Amino acid sequence: MAFPHRLDAPELPDFSMLKRLARDQLIYLLEQLPGKKDLFIEADLMSPLDRIANVSILKQHEVDKLYKVENKPVLSSNEQLCFLVRPRIKNMRYIASLVNADKVAGRTRKYKVIFSPQKFYACEMVLEEEGIYGDVSCDEWAFSLLPLDVDLLSMELPEFFRDYFLEGDQRWINTVAQALHLLSTLYGPFPNCYGIGRCAKMAYELWRKLEEEEDGETKGRRPEIGHIFLLDRDVDFVTALCSQVVYEGLVDDTFRIKCGSVDFGPEVTSSDKSLKVLLNAEDKVFHEIRNEHFSNVFGFLSQKARNLQAQYDRRRGMDIKQMKNFVSQELKGLKQEHRLLSLHIGACESIMKKKTKQDFQELIKTEHALLEGFNIRESTSYIEEHIDRQVSPIESLRLMCLLSITENGLIPKDYRSLKTQYLQSYGPEHLLTFSNLRRAGLLTEQGPGDTLTAVESKVSKLVTDKAAGKITDAFSSLAKRSNFRAISKKLNLIPRVDGEYDLKVPRDMAYVFSGAYVPLSCRIIEQVLERRSWQGLDEVVRLLNCGDFAFTDMTKEDKASSESLRLILVVFLGGCTFSEISALRFLGREKGYRFIFLTTAVTNSARLMEAMSEVKA
Amino acid sequence: MDCYTANWNPLGDSAFYRKYELYSMDWDLKEELRDCLVAAAPYGGPIALLRNPWRKEKAASVRPVLDIYSASGMPLASLLWKSGPVVSLGWSAEEELLCVQEDGAVLVYGLHGDFRRHFSMGNEVLQNRVLDARVFHTEFGSGVAILTGAHRFTLSANVGDLKLRRMPEVPGLQSAPSCWTVLCQDRVAHILLAVGPDLYLLDHAACSAVTLPGLAPGVSSFLQMAVSFTYRHLALFTDTGYIWMGTASLKEKLCEFNCNIRAAPKQMVWCSRPRSKERAVVVAWERRLMVVGDASESIQFVLDEDSYLVPELDGVRIFSRSTHEFLHEVPAASEEIFKIASMAPGALLLEAQKEYEKESQKADEYLREIQELGQLTQAVQQCIEAAGHEHQPDMQKSLLRAASFGKCFLDRFPPDSFVHMCQDLRVLNAVRDYHIGIPLTYSQKYRYKQLTIQVLLDRLVLRRLYPLAIQICEYLRLPEVQGVSRILAHWACYKVQQKDVSDEDVARAINQKLGDTPGVSYSDIAARAYGCGRTELAIKLLEYEPRSGEQVPLLLKMKRSKLALSKAIESGDTDLVFTVLLHLKNELNRGDFFMTLRNQPMALSLYRQFCKHQELETLKDLYNQDDNHQELGSFHIRASYAAEERIEGRVAALQTAADAFYKAKNEFAAKATEDQMRLLRLQRRLEDELGGQFLDLSLHDTVTTLILGGHNKRAEQLARDFRIPDKRLWWLKLTALADLEDWEELEKFSKSKKSPIGYLPFVEICIKQHNKYEAKKYASRVGPEQKVKALLLVGDVAQAADVAIEHRNEAELSLVLSHCTGATDGATADKIQRARAQAQKK
Repeated sequence: MAFPHRLDAPELPDFSMLKRLARDQLIYLLEQLPGKKDLFIEADLMSPLDRIANVSILKQHEVDKLYKVENKPVLSSNEQLCFLVRPRIKNMRYIASLVNADKVAGRTRKYKVIFSPQKFYACEMVLEEEGIYGDVSCDEWAFSLLPLDVDLLSMELPEFFRDYFLEGDQRWINTVAQALHLLSTLYGPFPNCYGIGRCAKMAYELWRKLEEEEDGETKGRRPEIGHIFLLDRDVDFVTALCSQVVYEGLVDDTFRIKCGSVDFGPEVTSSDKSLKVLLNAEDKVFHEIRNEHFSNVFGFLSQKARNLQAQYDRRRGMDIKQMKNFVSQELKGLKQEHRLLSLHIGACESIMKKKTKQDFQELIKTEHALLEGFNIRESTSYIEEHIDRQVSPIESLRLMCLLSITENGLIPKDYRSLKTQYLQSYGPEHLLTFSNLRRAGLLTEQGPGDTLTAVESKVSKLVTDKAAGKITDAFSSLAKRSNFRAISKKLNLIPRVDGEYDLKVPRDMAYVFSGAYVPLSCRIIEQVLERRSWQGLDEVVRLLNCGDFAFTDMTKEDKASSESLRLILVVFLGGCTFSEISALRFLGREKGYRFIFLTTAVTNSARLMEAMSEVKA
Repeated sequence: MDCYTANWNPLGDSAFYRKYELYSMDWDLKEELRDCLVAAAPYGGPIALLRNPWRKEKAASVRPVLDIYSASGMPLASLLWKSGPVVSLGWSAEEELLCVQEDGAVLVYGLHGDFRRHFSMGNEVLQNRVLDARVFHTEFGSGVAILTGAHRFTLSANVGDLKLRRMPEVPGLQSAPSCWTVLCQDRVAHILLAVGPDLYLLDHAACSAVTLPGLAPGVSSFLQMAVSFTYRHLALFTDTGYIWMGTASLKEKLCEFNCNIRAAPKQMVWCSRPRSKERAVVVAWERRLMVVGDASESIQFVLDEDSYLVPELDGVRIFSRSTHEFLHEVPAASEEIFKIASMAPGALLLEAQKEYEKESQKADEYLREIQELGQLTQAVQQCIEAAGHEHQPDMQKSLLRAASFGKCFLDRFPPDSFVHMCQDLRVLNAVRDYHIGIPLTYSQKYRYKQLTIQVLLDRLVLRRLYPLAIQICEYLRLPEVQGVSRILAHWACYKVQQKDVSDEDVARAINQKLGDTPGVSYSDIAARAYGCGRTELAIKLLEYEPRSGEQVPLLLKMKRSKLALSKAIESGDTDLVFTVLLHLKNELNRGDFFMTLRNQPMALSLYRQFCKHQELETLKDLYNQDDNHQELGSFHIRASYAAEERIEGRVAALQTAADAFYKAKNEFAAKATEDQMRLLRLQRRLEDELGGQFLDLSLHDTVTTLILGGHNKRAEQLARDFRIPDKRLWWLKLTALADLEDWEELEKFSKSKKSPIGYLPFVEICIKQHNKYEAKKYASRVGPEQKVKALLLVGDVAQAADVAIEHRNEAELSLVLSHCTGATDGATADKIQRARAQAQKK
């Protein structure tokens, strides 16, 4: 059962324009270095680049050989080298070593560095310190928005999460503002803006500044998208930490969807090769099951298989003419569908196998217990056992974080013992991981913190906004209270279940977590959209520690059509999960909205945990 | 009407020339013009006079005075000349006064006598002196050419981008040329000079002798030469009183004239209008002015006073002590309309309109006449065009009225030309006003139009006529950014130079006027203020700058780095913050730098990120400075596995880390670190004694490895030493032994004491290793809660069913039921169903 969109659902804007823009700009940059050249591409940029310009396009613009930026000696003999990299110091050092090696060997070549999505002064500094600033030319490829799907734009900046939420590095916020600015120049101004979170507010203000500076360009344009909602990931860590059970999320958790496509290994393709598959709305089979709870998927697929068989069977009893028609027109489609179907069935099998092995049911049960807040002791010992058995370092960490956030921090005894156990199981370097998690507020200790927050709130009442921000900063590492339980109660995140929750006919967004929990982020968005403001949500905002960072901005102009007013752009700063996307798609169908997602990167619990983990190099 | 053509003078058959007064000059000249160095800028520009004492043998003690006037004679500036003797004056296209000194130095002054800059025409000139100099204009800018005492020429084609070109020597040149001029062809400036009867053309490579085609014989010397405004035509005056006129390429003669005056003229300039076929040259002697062209007769005027000619694009301006006149060829449209007894459509239309005003029916007759010929459109166009060429507003109005009247009888006459003419004239009349004194003609304005209205506005701004400029912008409805805001910004830049007004007042005045006008850059104004040495004012002005990004560079320049840092942070642009940081790093000593960072968390984290990759030692210092022991500990932990290789070094790093953690009161981390030190040392010993790989394994893995290697004793010892909890040890041993498939040892282990993890894991792991036999051994020992599960795992469905029934547990029953497969377990399934039914009955 796929949910058909309501007939009056608004049309999505055409985001393929973004791809064309990025491609044209890249070609322009490549042509700036006329003649044959070798292109060095950073690994992280390969998949996004592939979605923009394939190898033949690159060849057309005289790219000779392609290399991956990695710490290996370079064998290129070309006279011109072009580097396509993210603005990272590591990359600068790599380029510097290459250029300096050439200098030692007495070679002169032309070097061009293309930074994507933008160049940072720190990078140029490093080039200067390494003594090669004069030898390379620098350019920017302002490619910051990759349309992964008709309703999903990704900035492909997974490091945003760690940089901002852990290191407090705000450099990407400007990039976000630029991206929003680009969207508003292409698709008209956004009449209604909402946001929550410190980063959201900063990005919003920067964006506004950009708009003011280039006044007049967007003025008078009809808005195509009626609302924009900016949300920091740290407003809702809980949802991102939960195991995903809708199909697309599960595929992501199991196989890792990378840049909109997934590598299905031999166990899925039932051949000896692995296969790269693009997962988006164009895959008809996937499109129908992506938002489904996993328990429905298998049934759906087998029904589909039967239908397909029936269609194949029609050819019996056809005369020659009909047969010809069938072969020329339908067969190809059927075969394609067949291929996809077998792939997804394979994927399902593989998921089932993996999940049952690890006692998936137990895990989900524990998660639900944590979300609902009962049997805490049992859950704690489950986690302990999980660690003791070395099931998976990332999973263990995730459960610990989930416990910490839902319980407002671990009680000191558990905090210490779980950490000790974890260090014994997975190595001492995770001492740093714990320090990171504490700083990000993901894994904390209960304790005298209560008094601290009281002091904090008193102090912030006394001083100005800016100073309050600083103070909050100072306190945040000490006591970032999650208040999840209270928020959950206020927003009714745990649905009262009378009888079985029918996952086939979802009642609410909780279906993405088997009916046990409505994603907090999505609930906030739903509530604000309903009220068209934060009015009446003061208590929630306060509990989210976002007192100063929830904002609404409506323009009086009433140029927006009713159609556009039902289009909502949701911006996740720090990443969003497929479960959240599915939940909002569901909400959209219920209320006649269409959601468009813009995220710094698609994320899931494993990616979040990995971003926080320290691993030995 | 008749009197209108009174000042028209015919030259030949086809052209008329007229001279009319622009202004009666208001200046109070003490000197005769002939005693001064004079320079007047083209396009109705200002006039500079320098009383020249060097030519006369006056006492050197009297300092000369440099006066600058508008074209209407309004004084703009007056200053005492304190520099060396001046050879020549000239105005650049930007209305800057270039004063060429004898020693080759060129001093540049602004319109208001403000000194701008100076440059030199080369060292060679220092000894040889400058004999003569010219300022000339090309489409690329204004150039200067000089003739030195050694009879060599040097020129620079653009004083804005100074590149000196020394011209080649003229062979055998012993004395100064009798006359010379700069020609400009194909973007290259040449010099044409006359020595006796010979002419030489100098370009940058060579000197070539040239001859004039069709030159009358008997010439022994050339006295004057003149190049037209557009460098297309050239005229030469010979000692025989003969004038040759031809193209500047010297390829073609246009006409010649013999005026029979052998005295050298004071000035000779071209007088022609763009797109006109007529060529004429105006020659001036002391008291006589002559217009000569392609006609046997010339037009002669008597000069009452000393006069000076200024060539313009479409005529010649002539100013003297008392008047300022304009002499030009009567444009075709005017000629058509005003020529006596003209029957041109425009003339008729003008007549018709006049009759109409008199309420005479003749108006209709005239109109009909034009319409019958189908020339009404043409008539309207003629009137509009002629209006443009009129100087008097009254005449402009009557012509425009006629055009407007004619328009009424036309369908679909495009209104643009009429509207634009009205606008243009309005602007022209405004700037021609006596107080403004820019006597631009319509043709010149038309040329300006190509250079955009901006140039005209710039000239007004240069004259500090801000209100008029703004009125023009508003009148022409220019976009704010190009118009009003630009002018306001200029005004503000001027305002900050008023040193007698206090900083507060200036800043407030500027802000009041400018407000939030789009396109105004407060930072530019502040930069100007800083340029004038008013740092405080600059900072005040920067406060009004809405874009923090724009404030930062200037603040840095003014050495207000800390303020710059907070502004950069406000801007949210991390690059900007970083720029300031590096600036600060170089400017401050390390301690102060760190202190500054400490108060700016955003900058601090940014710098930390940078250090993490680039300057690890600095990072450590940063943590030290802040007494951030926690981070310092983490830093050393990272070092213990990333930077150090030797085991001693690693342990030492850990020790430092542990100390730091103690200081941070993080007992847990300190203890964990100490444990790790112990473990490392132990692992090293294990490697030495047992071989194999132990270093860097976690505690758990170390113990596992020991068990797998059969070192059970050591494993036990280790577990005790590190206080591994029982549960973990059991899990660990269980997994390791199962991996070894050492079932005997496993059984022994299971019986060593009561399992803290129960016996289900034993069952599970045996099944995992596909050993059902062993699994069954443990299934019986599994506690009651998990018994069903265990039995199902070993495949004993029937017994599982029994247990479940005994427990009367619905969940367990369904679990067993789901394991019942087809035929084999049919009986069991029935049993369960029965039990269920029974349970429900109760």
